Amino acid sequence: MSAEEKTPNKKPEKIGVYVCHCGSNIAGMVDVENVAKWAGEELAHKGVVIARDYKFMCSSLGQELIEKDIKEFGLDGVVVAACSPHLHEKTFRTATEKAGLNPYMCELVSIREQVSWVHTDKAAATEKSKAILSGGVHRVLFDEPLQEMKVPINPNTLVVGGGIAGIQAALEIANAGFHVYLVEREPSIGGHMAQFDKTFPTLDCSACILTPRMVEAGTHPNITLLTWSEVESVSGYVGNFNITIRKKARYVNEELCTGCAVCIEKCPKKIIDDVYEAGLGYRKVVYTPFAQAVPKYPVIDRENCTYFQKGTCKACEKFCPTDAIDFEQQDELFNVEVGNIILATGYDLFDARKVTNYGYGRLANVFNSLEFERLSNAAGPTNGNIVLRDGKTTPKTVGIIHCVGSRDRNFNNYCSTICCMQSLKFAHLVKERTGAEVYEFYIDMRTAAKAYDEFYQRVLEEGTLMVRGKVAEVTDAARQPHEEGKLIIQVEDTFAGKQRRIPVDMVILSNGMEPRSDAKETAKKFGISCSADSWFIEKHPKLDPVSTMTEGVMIAGCASGPKDIPTSVAQGAAAAARVLDKILQKEVALEPIRATVDEEKCSGCRICNNLCPFNAISFVDDLAVTRINPALCQGCGTCVAACPAGAISGTGFSNEQILAQIDGLLMVA
Amino acid sequence: MSEKFEPTIIGFTCNWCSYRAADLAGTARVKYPPNVRLVRLMCSGRMDPTFVMKALAGGADGVMITGCHPGECHYIDQNYKALRRFLLLRRTLAGLGIEAGRVKLVWASAAEGVHLAEEITKLVEEIRALGPLNWPKWDEQAEHQPEPALEVAA
Ligand SMILES: Cc1cc2nc3c(=O)[nH]c(=O)nc-3n(C[C@H](O)[C@H](O)[C@H](O)COP(=O)(O)OP(=O)(O)OC[C@H]3O[C@@H](n4cnc5c(N)ncnc54)[C@H](O)[C@@H]3O)c2cc1C
Ligand code: SF4
Ligand code: SF4
Ligand code: FES
Repeated sequence: MSAEEKTPNKKPEKIGVYVCHCGSNIAGMVDVENVAKWAGEELAHKGVVIARDYKFMCSSLGQELIEKDIKEFGLDGVVVAACSPHLHEKTFRTATEKAGLNPYMCELVSIREQVSWVHTDKAAATEKSKAILSGGVHRVLFDEPLQEMKVPINPNTLVVGGGIAGIQAALEIANAGFHVYLVEREPSIGGHMAQFDKTFPTLDCSACILTPRMVEAGTHPNITLLTWSEVESVSGYVGNFNITIRKKARYVNEELCTGCAVCIEKCPKKIIDDVYEAGLGYRKVVYTPFAQAVPKYPVIDRENCTYFQKGTCKACEKFCPTDAIDFEQQDELFNVEVGNIILATGYDLFDARKVTNYGYGRLANVFNSLEFERLSNAAGPTNGNIVLRDGKTTPKTVGIIHCVGSRDRNFNNYCSTICCMQSLKFAHLVKERTGAEVYEFYIDMRTAAKAYDEFYQRVLEEGTLMVRGKVAEVTDAARQPHEEGKLIIQVEDTFAGKQRRIPVDMVILSNGMEPRSDAKETAKKFGISCSADSWFIEKHPKLDPVSTMTEGVMIAGCASGPKDIPTSVAQGAAAAARVLDKILQKEVALEPIRATVDEEKCSGCRICNNLCPFNAISFVDDLAVTRINPALCQGCGTCVAACPAGAISGTGFSNEQILAQIDGLLMVA
Repeated sequence: MSEKFEPTIIGFTCNWCSYRAADLAGTARVKYPPNVRLVRLMCSGRMDPTFVMKALAGGADGVMITGCHPGECHYIDQNYKALRRFLLLRRTLAGLGIEAGRVKLVWASAAEGVHLAEEITKLVEEIRALGPLNWPKWDEQAEHQPEPALEVAA
């Protein structure tokens, strides 16, 4: 790990060049044979001894080609012109290493993402490919053999978010025998699933399948459950993260509380519950969000508490049989060390108020999807009776509108994937409980998963009326006598090819999912990236959907995009498998891209001293030179660029490598 | 010379955002002109102004420096350092008589493939309008100038 003994490395003298066709992906726009031939001739003076083109360099045959050449020709440098290094750098470096050459003596330059896929003129694309390849060859001459740094992996894991995805991930890891810190910002785990009555397509009772999982997570000896808590800051890197957690004051001593709920019963103040009851029901100021909450300890909502506001009340304290109420409690900050992190922070519901023409928030009997979930929930504010806003009238006709806020240029372009199925579930529940006539207004019916289309058929057979068309407006302005007192849905029925006005008693908006409103901040805190919409970005959308570009940080569930419960659960388990794989390897290899100071050259000017974002740079007073701690350095290169004496070198991205690459890039006019 | 002038531009990209934006432009098949050749750095903070001088001296007509958006640098805030260096560099270039518009700083997140492609397209047009940078001529001129009358003992 320390600065290696400085034997000047011999420059590579025998370089192999490999130009990939990528089927027709590259060869369709770049004359790959010509590029390879050109490199063999024009770059011979740079040491190119062999230049080939091949159909698929990343295939095992392509890799063997490189390995064979390294052995046969004694190559000491390899340049592959193919796809992005972010895709296959590892592949080609591994092949290089297999043949006995240091993997960092291999360069991959991109002529697919940066050339063939973005350009349309074959001659220009071919010339640009030559330039890019030449840049790689010039650069490889200054490559140095590097050794990966091995660091031990802390076997503990942090899971952020206790929805179904986070619970699943935590249980998988805990059951494998490793410790998990499960951090949830609400007073209970459970996430959105805890709000539902029935789940499509099987119509199992949500609480019946979720509660046992919550209890298991709450009592598991390997899980430290931290609810009403948030991650304050994160430092470190894969294998060795240091997490600061804020445990918000509950004003209830968890050691003493038995969860008897007497305090909740005695609290004189009720407020509207905007979170769990979606604004349809009430909760006390000292509360657990729902009866089966895990953990069972209540929380005092400081902002609404009469004691905190006016200095008197303390009803809860008086009646608590174990003296567990503690108005003096403070937020607690503490650190935990973990090797890996899983982010399962879920989604927010799209705010239907934004679609003003549907009248949500203005017209009383327009409900959003979560409100309907609460309305139909046997444990909800109406005990599962589906009634109008007046709390008693059963609707005779109900209209359900799909894609609210989704697949709409004015709001979100994406499909929320679950809204068609959730709408069908609603139709079924309304029919079953009220016998009302139900209309569904949809743009396209998307029921593409196991047993989903069968559910659609079932709802059709139950007699739900389907209208294909995007609803223009929901209004209470009647034009005809039979519309009086109703909500009228104005829609172009694209099958009938005409405008229709359909009067109903109740409208349910199937609003879709949105990223958490604080998703960008969360992403920044954990050093991962977000899409333009603010969904977390996966390392690879198909092949690596639960990893991120940041080593050691995994994602699961709806945090990376809309999903149903089965997919969220599968992702939770997959992310856990990724983490277990790392834990079992016991150590992780870090890229040896680090800065080092040549103490001979350092003048002690200290210009670099305050630049490092990771405090890796320190000044040795006795010797009046600067040193860099390689375990802390993350290799950004800022100090390298700043040193006026050229005393700092950045392995993998040295001045020599970059300057040579520029030369190479400019060799072709 | 009635042919359209095709400038050569060197682009510096950071490994985490703008290089990935270029990758994304590729995967999304967004089209842009082939005049830009990219160099990957770990971070825009690695941008040594010498690299820009080297590129311009070596035949590039323009340079594009790209990094993550302010506040989104993978190494916390190194792109602010890149910004400072960029501003300083532009002044130095002006002192050398090089148009400020030849060097451009662009922020592009990993999701902004389209944005990066648009910025590249714009810069190519801007540099096309400025015409070729004839840096090498100075060297030639320098050679033709009489040697300064400073005799160093041989
Ligand atoms: C109305 C409606 C009905 C649905 N019905 C069905 C159905 O019948 N069947 C089905 O398969 N799917 C259904 N879905 C989809 C289902 O809700 C999701 O697939 C599932 O809940 C996703 O789980 P999750 O764990 O990813 O996210 P969530 O359930 O959103 O859980 C995320 C958790 O993370 C916590 N959190 C967020 N940010 C932080 C932070 N920074 N720090 C700490 N904690 C944090 C949250 O408080 C929450 O507990 C429905 C969705 C909607 C909107
Ligand atoms: S900037 Fe260079 S010379 Fe100055 S202290 Fe840092 S390493 Fe030494
Ligand atoms: S390269 Fe970056 S992380 Fe490493 S010591 Fe220099 S400034 Fe710090
Ligand atoms: S990592 Fe992109 S600018 Fe620093």
